[in-house]
Amino acid sequence: MFIRRPFAALAMLSVLAAPGFADPADKPTDPQIAHIAYTAGVIDIDAAKQAIAKSKTKAVVDFANDMLRDHQAVNDQALALVKKLNVTPEDNATSKALVKAADDERAKLDKLDGAAFDKAYVDNEVAYHKQVDGALETLLIPSAQNAELKSLLETGLKIFQGHEMHAEHVAAELK
Amino acid sequence: MRFAWVLPTVAALLAAGMVPVLADTVTVTIDKLAFSPKEVSVKAGDTVEWVNKDAFAHTATVKGGWEVMIPPKKTASRVMQAGDTVEYFCRFHPNMKGRITVTP
Repeated sequence: MFIRRPFAALAMLSVLAAPGFADPADKPTDPQIAHIAYTAGVIDIDAAKQAIAKSKTKAVVDFANDMLRDHQAVNDQALALVKKLNVTPEDNATSKALVKAADDERAKLDKLDGAAFDKAYVDNEVAYHKQVDGALETLLIPSAQNAELKSLLETGLKIFQGHEMHAEHVAAELK
Repeated sequence: MRFAWVLPTVAALLAAGMVPVLADTVTVTIDKLAFSPKEVSVKAGDTVEWVNKDAFAHTATVKGGWEVMIPPKKTASRVMQAGDTVEYFCRFHPNMKGRITVTP
């Protein structure tokens, strides 16, 4: 599963001496956290657009539209917040790893059609949201310094957890 | 006596069952993906209204039953019927759950 990689990478970045978070005690900074969270949203928006274009299954397309709408709303809030806080999101190794893994997954899904695509997309949505939940809970939320950023991440966590359950319901429907 | 007619009229209407007992509206606020209060108790004929403070669309959905769509920053409502005691959830975020108890 592709999604294991970015967060394995993310865990490594925080635990091991790796670029971005060089010191084990070194947590991601708020500008980095903002970038990672925004990137995670963009990735799911792009995945949703692919599903809307490729899938012919109503439950899958409806789900993808829900993802598109929610993640766009979260990211709009994130953009408004960084503007208000005068923070410039900072690209970093974790964001890059996320984007790379998502590009690979999208290319893989692009080769699939019909039921195979639906299943792969929805299964990946379950796994992806699960991984992001883990990163938010264990790394991003505890590391966030700004109270408003932390609060937005906490709302983001509830959204992601909800999407994970929603994706599981859709996956059950496809069977 | 301007109001002399009022009481007998109301009494007559009530006797005829034409004036329902005033129904209440109970408000459930949605903020940061949570229904608050999580549980409400209403009488049959009362209205439950959901005030969505989130920027996200939510629903109040009863599995195998009714569904109320609650758009972002909007309010939606439903009149509760006797026997409508239900557990409900948001279809978009099934981790959001609530309960309505309807008493006669």
